Amino acid sequence: MISLSRNPKDFWTGIIYISFGLASVLIARDYGMGAALKMGPAYFPTILGGLLVGIGVIAVIRSFIVPGAPVGAFAFKGLALVGFSVLLFGLIVRGAGLAVALPLLVVISALASARFRWRPTLIMAAGLTVFCVLVFLKGLGIPLPTIGPWFGG
Amino acid sequence: MELLGHLWLGLQTAATLANLFYCFVGVFLGTAIGVLPGLGPTATIAMLLPVTFVLPPVTALIMLAGIYYGSQYGGSTTSILVNLPGEAASVVTTLDGHQMAKQGRAGAALAASAIGSFFAGTVATFLIAGFGPPLAAAALKFGPAEFFSLMVLGLVASVVLAQGSLLHAIGMVVLGLLLGLIGTDVNSGMQRFTFGVSELADGIGFVTVAMGMFGLGEIVRNLENEEGRAVMVNKITGLWPTREDFKRMIAPILRGTAIGSALGVLPGSGSILGSFAAYSIEKKVSKNRAEFGKGAIEGVAAPEAANNAGAQTSFIPLLTLGIPSNPVSALMVGAMIIHGIQPGPSVINEQPALFWGMIVSMWIGNLMLVVLNYPLIGMWVRMIMIPYQFLYPGILVFCAIGVFSLKNTEFDIYFMALFGALGYLFSKLGCEPAPMLLAFILGPLMEEYLRRAMLISRGDPMVFITRPISATLLALSVLAMCSVLIPAFSKTRAEAFREDTP
Repeated sequence: MISLSRNPKDFWTGIIYISFGLASVLIARDYGMGAALKMGPAYFPTILGGLLVGIGVIAVIRSFIVPGAPVGAFAFKGLALVGFSVLLFGLIVRGAGLAVALPLLVVISALASARFRWRPTLIMAAGLTVFCVLVFLKGLGIPLPTIGPWFGG
Repeated sequence: MELLGHLWLGLQTAATLANLFYCFVGVFLGTAIGVLPGLGPTATIAMLLPVTFVLPPVTALIMLAGIYYGSQYGGSTTSILVNLPGEAASVVTTLDGHQMAKQGRAGAALAASAIGSFFAGTVATFLIAGFGPPLAAAALKFGPAEFFSLMVLGLVASVVLAQGSLLHAIGMVVLGLLLGLIGTDVNSGMQRFTFGVSELADGIGFVTVAMGMFGLGEIVRNLENEEGRAVMVNKITGLWPTREDFKRMIAPILRGTAIGSALGVLPGSGSILGSFAAYSIEKKVSKNRAEFGKGAIEGVAAPEAANNAGAQTSFIPLLTLGIPSNPVSALMVGAMIIHGIQPGPSVINEQPALFWGMIVSMWIGNLMLVVLNYPLIGMWVRMIMIPYQFLYPGILVFCAIGVFSLKNTEFDIYFMALFGALGYLFSKLGCEPAPMLLAFILGPLMEEYLRRAMLISRGDPMVFITRPISATLLALSVLAMCSVLIPAFSKTRAEAFREDTP
């Protein structure tokens, strides 16, 4: 099916639209439709979901007719490291504190670069940590610990 | 005379020491991010939004606006000097601007860009001042049907002006509208699409979405092609244009200002299209048409004037109707709401100091940019040589802390990561995120206006066509949609966005 498609970008975008559209229509079934006069919570999402399914179907059909460029290679390493470093920051920042979570975010995300080197990265991590603790925690009073409870802070 | 009184009030507001200082901070930061490829105004404003909470509303908005038009300036500096457009709107400036720099006329090119931008900024300031009040007064008579149709027109325009496939732009808009509905339904109090997650009861914050899609997504995309960042900078000489240069600049600047101002009002990528349209028109009408692409000063002056004019007039829909026309003004709507100001046509009467202060500050900011850019050119050029691997971890840090501080919850950090991945995925699939973000903001508003309009009309959908203003707006939407089918227009559209990857 996919191999028959002549435009993978169109095909996959269409599939994404159809899934989002279907999901919203199905989930909204429980919300109460109401009527045009007094619209229920499901009314607008159902219209939009239906519309999105329609657009997705057109995109998929078109992908078999009009040829297009292939989807370029995914930067999996970049995506994974950037995504993981940010998620990890969120997970540990309260427990471990900013002075631990922030350098980890910097170092892990910096690993995604092909030109990664330890020395400048560590210097940058230290500098950013001092800056952010002073500006965001002390200056703007964002309620995050410098050293979190996990480390006795 | 009334106008003068208003501008005087604006001057009093904008010229306080604190406001001048934050205006300066805004344009300075704006120029910096304009210079740096890979960091745009949307992500920057999203990051700095939490910082502005401690400022008074007018000061916060002055600074945020400064970041936006400052970034247009910065983008042109690097286009000319190192052939790297920092912003999408300055892509065309590289064509002739960098050629001029190669011929040792970088100074003249920079001056043309600065003079063009400043002139355009001044004209656009007066346009906002002149058209703002009557537009707002007209909008005060709008009922729910008119507002709904106006938003339809806004979304259609953002689709037409988006890059890439039209179908996908429409899809992104519908998807954005749907995502905007997540959270508690204001009419019934029912929680929609929250999957029982209590953090989703208020919906997903638009700043979270913006930072994810424009900040994180962009970083991952930049990591794909890290190479080729070595830049050669020629010595900058001849800082002042010759008399001949001045003569050749005048008409292009006037035309560029007019085109840019008109297109800037439109939602979506109006200012990008403005600079492109101004360039192509100049290429057709200029006496020196043979020089284009080889260092014609007209090819710098016109698009630069156009993109600055567009950057400023894009504030017209925001300030007078309360409707954002691009991701940046969408973020400013958010800033206004956070500061307790309901954006809309009543702002001009209820908060005159804010409205006029912001307008006058734009003019002051433009003046600052001219003064700022000249002596600091050396610094901007050094800045562009900061390798990207030292830049993006810092951006991530500011995004993560910034998004946390909005509601003091880690949950938003996870969502930012999710939208970062989504943004990257969509960019790989050739779908532009800007119309989606716009729709995301407008989603709940559109539903609300649709409901009210239908309630008033007793469920008759004809209300959108029988009310004249609403009908006109919808007719314009249809026309805009059809304009894409005109071959000449779609060709221009395709060319304008061909290399639109900052």
